[in-house]
Amino acid sequence: MAQIIIKNLRKDFGNFTAVKESSFTIEDGEFFMLLGPSGCGKTTTLRMIAGLELPTSGEIYLDGEEISQRPPSQRDIAFVFQMFALYPHLNVRKNIQYPLVSQGMKRSEIKAKVAEVSRILGIEDILNRPVGGLSGGDRQRVALGRAIVRDPKAFMMDEPLGALDAEFRERMSEELRALHDRMNATTVYVTHDQLEAMQMGDKIVVMNNAVVEQFGTPQDIYDMPATMFVADFIGSPSMNFLEFNGAVAEGTSSVSLNGQEVSVPVQRQGVTGNLVFGIRPEHISFSDDGDYRGEILATEYLGTTQIVTINTANGDLKARINADLPATVGDKVGLSFNPKTVTLFDADTGQALLSDLNKEVLAHG
Amino acid sequence: MSFSVTEATTRQKWMAGTLVILYAVISLIPLVWILMTGLKTPPDSISYPPKVMFEPSLEGYVNLFTTRTRVSKETLESLPPPANFAEEIVRNRDMVIAGPSKFGQRFMNSVIIGFGSTFLSVFLGTLAAYAFSRFRIPLADDLLFFILSTRMMPPIAVAIPIFLMYRNIGLSDTHLGMILLYTAVNISLAVWLLKGFIDEIPREYEEAALIDGYTRFQAFYKVVLPQAATGIASTAIFCLIFAWNEYAFAVLLTSGTAQTAPPFIPTIIGVGGLDWPAVAAGATLFLIPVMIFTIMLRKHLLRGITFGAVRK
Repeated sequence: MAQIIIKNLRKDFGNFTAVKESSFTIEDGEFFMLLGPSGCGKTTTLRMIAGLELPTSGEIYLDGEEISQRPPSQRDIAFVFQMFALYPHLNVRKNIQYPLVSQGMKRSEIKAKVAEVSRILGIEDILNRPVGGLSGGDRQRVALGRAIVRDPKAFMMDEPLGALDAEFRERMSEELRALHDRMNATTVYVTHDQLEAMQMGDKIVVMNNAVVEQFGTPQDIYDMPATMFVADFIGSPSMNFLEFNGAVAEGTSSVSLNGQEVSVPVQRQGVTGNLVFGIRPEHISFSDDGDYRGEILATEYLGTTQIVTINTANGDLKARINADLPATVGDKVGLSFNPKTVTLFDADTGQALLSDLNKEVLAHG
Repeated sequence: MSFSVTEATTRQKWMAGTLVILYAVISLIPLVWILMTGLKTPPDSISYPPKVMFEPSLEGYVNLFTTRTRVSKETLESLPPPANFAEEIVRNRDMVIAGPSKFGQRFMNSVIIGFGSTFLSVFLGTLAAYAFSRFRIPLADDLLFFILSTRMMPPIAVAIPIFLMYRNIGLSDTHLGMILLYTAVNISLAVWLLKGFIDEIPREYEEAALIDGYTRFQAFYKVVLPQAATGIASTAIFCLIFAWNEYAFAVLLTSGTAQTAPPFIPTIIGVGGLDWPAVAAGATLFLIPVMIFTIMLRKHLLRGITFGAVRK
């Protein structure tokens, strides 16, 4: 198993830039998520690591070796496709053993390997079936089998659960994570589903418009987003943005929102102009003595919590509060903000402002 | 796999069945007539009103495969008794068999040229279609249009230039010349048809093979070719039917060694009167190879002809 280092990787298709100089490191044994909306370059990045696309510039190191210009067959990386890409003219067993046959492995060895893999994945009973009639989950298991049977240095997975229905997806994501923990194999996983990324990943790279927006652990990315895009993309409902015009001095620990002083983490960057106050819905609470007030526009009941949409002087926001707290549409309520994860952004650049909270995360992001 | 929006009623099934049978009968009548004529004697074949019931005879087939000479009654009587049924039939007409006719040879020419050009068209067409489908080729659309444009005029419009060129470079009346010519005509059809089929095969299959440690060429023949079998089969049938039935170029460019069956069969008419049974026998035999080829590939054909519409 191996560490993968991506350095200034870039890919152009004619005039279109799919990936702009991107750099990040995938540690040995990590379950690494490439997250972003469709068309952001995450799949292209994955395909470059696997060798299905050659980068326009930049380097890819696998276990210290530069591999960016090698054909896929010389990289020892397995790939699981979104649409499974099982060979339709072969049965399950032949699909799984296909990579071993290309290595010229002995028949008895191949048989033992396939038996072992199919036992791990629980597909022993379908080995002789054609792949055409299999359910989505079984196809996915066969595709995984084909990937793990060769003990590659790393796995690339391109939205492997995207083609499954919701119920199966849940189960397969658990199976996948369990499989990873058991094999401890470096895995790069592409998804557009932020929940999936948070749930399964050791680390996440968030990409948008061909650029790496942030790179870190799920918790760092959730609590300390580096850009407004990340803050908006991660979390459901996403982070609230209250726009205000003002000045933030270095060392200050409060900002003025519509005339009310609201405390924020100690700021490490002085900025004046259009700013954005970002706060997660669960860090907003109702307090009758709160000076910052708003009017309830809507409530959504979710069982243990409810999402309350509130109109304020700086824009609408959503708060996640306990389901048993009273909230009636039309009521005016006082709000208080837990400063723990408040992030300020420069509205023009979308970048987070440095504070005591996020300075370490942003330093390498 | 079968789908039905609504199950057809028994009456609808009957009506559909009747229509299909009616259509089949109408289309098959000329074929049946040719088959019957081939089994008639020459007098039966030109009798008026036409005979539907007749005593079958192999005279047409015997005449097709032999050349015969008329001999006097005395010579005929001095000969030993006929060695086989063919000689017996011929002697009843006061003739003896002088030797084999050229039909067998012409038929073989048709087989060599027809299957040769089909193989070449499909082989080159598959490679070209794969390249057009998978690689970024500069001016790919223009090239494809150029390939298609070769079909836009009737091939016979260039017959005279080709005739002159072939004479100059010595391809006239050669197997190679005819194979190349039919390939040139068929290749555009092959490229376009096969590109459609290969476009439908997801790239992921090949990419999976590349990841699994195979080279691009191995991925092509181990993964793409089996997937394209349907397309290759139906393209092959179309190419074979064209090359097999082609008449105009064959008349113009072949006269001897490479003459195919279509220009040869009508020449039978001139030998010893209007020998319709021999012509019909030749036509019947001529139909058989395409029929066998089509039947062999028929399971691919249905999906092939409706490609795009039916997916597994």
